[in-house]
Amino acid sequence: MSLIRLSSPHVYKANSTANVMRLVMLAMLPGILAMTVFFGWGTVIQIIWAGLLALGFEAVILKLRKRPVLFHLNDGSAIVTAMLLAVAIPPFAPWWMTLVGVFVAIVLGKHLYGGLGQNPFNPAMVAYALLLISFPVEMTRWTAPFVLNGDGWQIAPFLDTLKAIFAAADNLWYDSFTGATPLDEIRHRGGLTTEEAWRQSTVLSQGIGAWHAVSAAWLMGGIFLLYRKVITWHAPISMLLALTLCSSMFFGFDPDNYADPFFHLSTGATMLAAFFIITDPVSSATSNRGRIVFGASIGILIFIIRTWGNYPDGVAFAVLLMNLAAPFIDIYTQPRSYGHNRAKKGQGGKA
Amino acid sequence: MGKVFAFHGGVHPPENKKQSTRTPIAQAPLPKMLYIPLQQHIGIAANPVVNVGDRVLKGQLIAEPVGRISASLHAPTSGIVRSIGPHPVPHASGLESDCITLETDGQDEWIEHQGLQDYTRLEPSVLIEHIRQCGIAGMGGAGFPTDVKLHLGDDHIVNTLIINAAECEPYITADDMLMRERAADILSGIRIISHLLRPSHIMIGIEDNKPQAIHALEAVLKGCELNIDIRVVPTKYPSGGERQLIQLLTGLEVPSGRIPADIGIVCQNVGTATAIHRAVHFGEPLISRIVTVTGDAVAKPQNFEALIGTPFADLLEAANLYEGRLFRLVMGGPMMGVTVAHDQIPVIKTTNCIIAASDEEMPQAPPEQPCIRCNMCEQVCPVTLLPQQLYWFSKGREFDKARNHNLFDCIECGACAYVCPSSIPLVQYYRFAKSEIRTEEAEQRKADHARQRFEARQARLEREQAEKEARRKARAEEAARAQQSRKNTEAEKAQSASDSAAPAASAAPDLKQLKTAAAVARTKLKKARDAFKNAEDKGLDGIDALRATLTDLEQKSEEAEQAFKAAEQAEAAAAAEKGVDLKQLKIDAAMARAAVTKLERALTKTEDEQARREMETELVEARKKSDALNQSLSEHSPA
Ligand code: SF4
Ligand code: SF4
Repeated sequence: MSLIRLSSPHVYKANSTANVMRLVMLAMLPGILAMTVFFGWGTVIQIIWAGLLALGFEAVILKLRKRPVLFHLNDGSAIVTAMLLAVAIPPFAPWWMTLVGVFVAIVLGKHLYGGLGQNPFNPAMVAYALLLISFPVEMTRWTAPFVLNGDGWQIAPFLDTLKAIFAAADNLWYDSFTGATPLDEIRHRGGLTTEEAWRQSTVLSQGIGAWHAVSAAWLMGGIFLLYRKVITWHAPISMLLALTLCSSMFFGFDPDNYADPFFHLSTGATMLAAFFIITDPVSSATSNRGRIVFGASIGILIFIIRTWGNYPDGVAFAVLLMNLAAPFIDIYTQPRSYGHNRAKKGQGGKA
Repeated sequence: MGKVFAFHGGVHPPENKKQSTRTPIAQAPLPKMLYIPLQQHIGIAANPVVNVGDRVLKGQLIAEPVGRISASLHAPTSGIVRSIGPHPVPHASGLESDCITLETDGQDEWIEHQGLQDYTRLEPSVLIEHIRQCGIAGMGGAGFPTDVKLHLGDDHIVNTLIINAAECEPYITADDMLMRERAADILSGIRIISHLLRPSHIMIGIEDNKPQAIHALEAVLKGCELNIDIRVVPTKYPSGGERQLIQLLTGLEVPSGRIPADIGIVCQNVGTATAIHRAVHFGEPLISRIVTVTGDAVAKPQNFEALIGTPFADLLEAANLYEGRLFRLVMGGPMMGVTVAHDQIPVIKTTNCIIAASDEEMPQAPPEQPCIRCNMCEQVCPVTLLPQQLYWFSKGREFDKARNHNLFDCIECGACAYVCPSSIPLVQYYRFAKSEIRTEEAEQRKADHARQRFEARQARLEREQAEKEARRKARAEEAARAQQSRKNTEAEKAQSASDSAAPAASAAPDLKQLKTAAAVARTKLKKARDAFKNAEDKGLDGIDALRATLTDLEQKSEEAEQAFKAAEQAEAAAAAEKGVDLKQLKIDAAMARAAVTKLERALTKTEDEQARREMETELVEARKKSDALNQSLSEHSPA
């Protein structure tokens, strides 16, 4: 009789990277749905377009790197990256911008560093930051939510949106569908107090509801991920808490000049970032304690960049900055192991 | 019921325990041959005391312990010793090891035996010795000789005795069935242990998936005079790990690198308690145990009371094995068990389960994917390690960092590998890293030894050198004295000259030889280094051998170098001694000459009669001195 010899354990949880990625995609559905309802077909088109590009780039580069193409394509990580980028950029972003973005994310952000699991930065955020720096005009022209269009439930028709993205569309029409985001409005309020800006801006007085709804949808997806144990609470909760704390402090101290905490939590990419971006396992800190530090720092950075920075939303830069710090955080946040008195800090020396 | 604490992490693999608990424990059929490994416990292998061809009776001593941490072996039934030699044994390495092969005669004839009359009246040491004579070793885990753990009372104050009945691994039900059917025996065993250790508190830790066993224990505990608590813990793997169970029941952690007794706790398994009971009350040594035989490839999964030494094949047959379905044979549970390649491997004192798994039941792990740092492994590690970090360090051969991240606290429970979505065989990486570190340490120790030896040798050489130096000095002084009286005989002079020349002449070839030797050693070392680097780069086999050679060569080269340097220094010192003389002589001669010239010049310039006369005598003196110095100088300078 000859039997194989294998190492323990001999059973495995039915669990795979592809499974994890599928759950993430599933959790994104509510957010995508909300964006489609309030901002039109742009998001869906961008997701499909970015997804196809991502698969294409991934396949080509895997081939170039002489890796098993199908084996790795199957893990679904490329599509998740594409989806995250697609929901972060404005729905009317021209096709070539998405193309550049996906290329940067997959080829530069991921494979140049060695592929899945090796990238120090979140690929979608690398791409987003690059697009924001290179094409500031296109990147800040958001579709105005339908509620702004006065006459009821009107969003840009599907075909027109397609045209706007893939062919240079009629400018007049296009302009009537784009607008600033609430974060822009608050930052570019000139000498007005927050209160006055709020009253004068259509985005803030009418369109804010759409942003709240989208945020709520991301939150729902996040709760689903927590429930399915795809992510742990450490990074998202600490990020949201840190952001709330910072904004409450400043708001409490000077409400005329600072936005309230609820505004910070429910607009921009806060919820998307908390549950889908900073929880990207590859580029975040690894230990639970590390993730708390990681998340909290991002929360603080988001507040700083939004309030005093020059860009509409601080998320991408905050995430990238902390990605850079993640290995360092890891060194100082080793948990205390069973049977040891203290947690170890740093890696030097012999145990 | 006291408080049950929690430990970090843990997993919930499918239990698969129902299959083997449907029927009571069955007596395994008597096999034709029993293979009894000499090493079934932690410590030194036992030493056989029977010869090939001897007939032995059931319960007869066949191998005796060697040293304190070792356990004796007894014949599980009557029969004839057929051979003593290598046979496949249950070990992760898959290597063979020495076994006593016993051909059974079917008579099952007992040797005369009897229990102890009233153990409570005996000296503890006598009782412990009796338990040692019965060859009892821990039956739950690693097989630590039980008597050693019972002796602990002397050096440690034991306040808590924990009876491990958690049995957290899936599939295994041996302890469960034992508790259901023989709870009274277990209690009797606990009494004996507690008599020896005198704990103030006894806890039985059991998972909540064994309601019938809990019931049975509760029934026998009614009216028991001992302070025993049954602590039901939630079903979660690995709650049966000794350290995890201690944490669950007491909230205490055993410090890293220490044993539970250091914090006043001793753990014993229920099977061990039963074995102690049988040893003390009936004088029966440990010759059988309960083994779960289960898995999809057997038709009748169940528990057997099997003799130690029974080949797995016999048990599988008794459980109706479907040959065709068998894909992997696991000894122990699915989380920590080891696969065996051979069905002739025998049951030993620690064999609690044999899983004959089909392909669908325990398929090959899917191919390893890149780690996505998802952190799931950290969430489940019962030791609160960072499995992912350990994986990166092990893979990257950064062993120092792995050790700094407490690699050696890893209990290899496999929880992390179980949940890893990328199917990374994490435990394999840890085992690899641990063994690499151990090898490195062994080598380090060897190198340290070598260095110490080298230093001792060096010290000896220096001492000898110093003695030689002293001797030579004495000789040189003698030579100087001889020089004083050199006018006496030319022969003496010649003698002294050859004396001082001799050592230098003899040192010269020596030095050259040493220099060549050092150079040769250096070249060899360089070659070996290159070969080693090459092998390392390409990951060739035999790296260890190469490394050993390298250390060896390094040491040799250093020795040669040192020897050469020492010789060189010695010569330089010798030369210097000679040189100082010569130099001094030259200086003196020159000074004398200068003095003469000075006086001559002064003489020509002086008019005073009195002063001239004084100067003239001075000049004669000075000339004499100068001449003498010049003479000696010409004698001493090399031709
Ligand atoms: S569970 Fe596997 S993939 Fe996830 S962090 Fe741990 S080792 Fe990496
Ligand atoms: S095998 Fe080691 S690292 Fe993995 S979970 Fe168990 S103790 Fe932790």
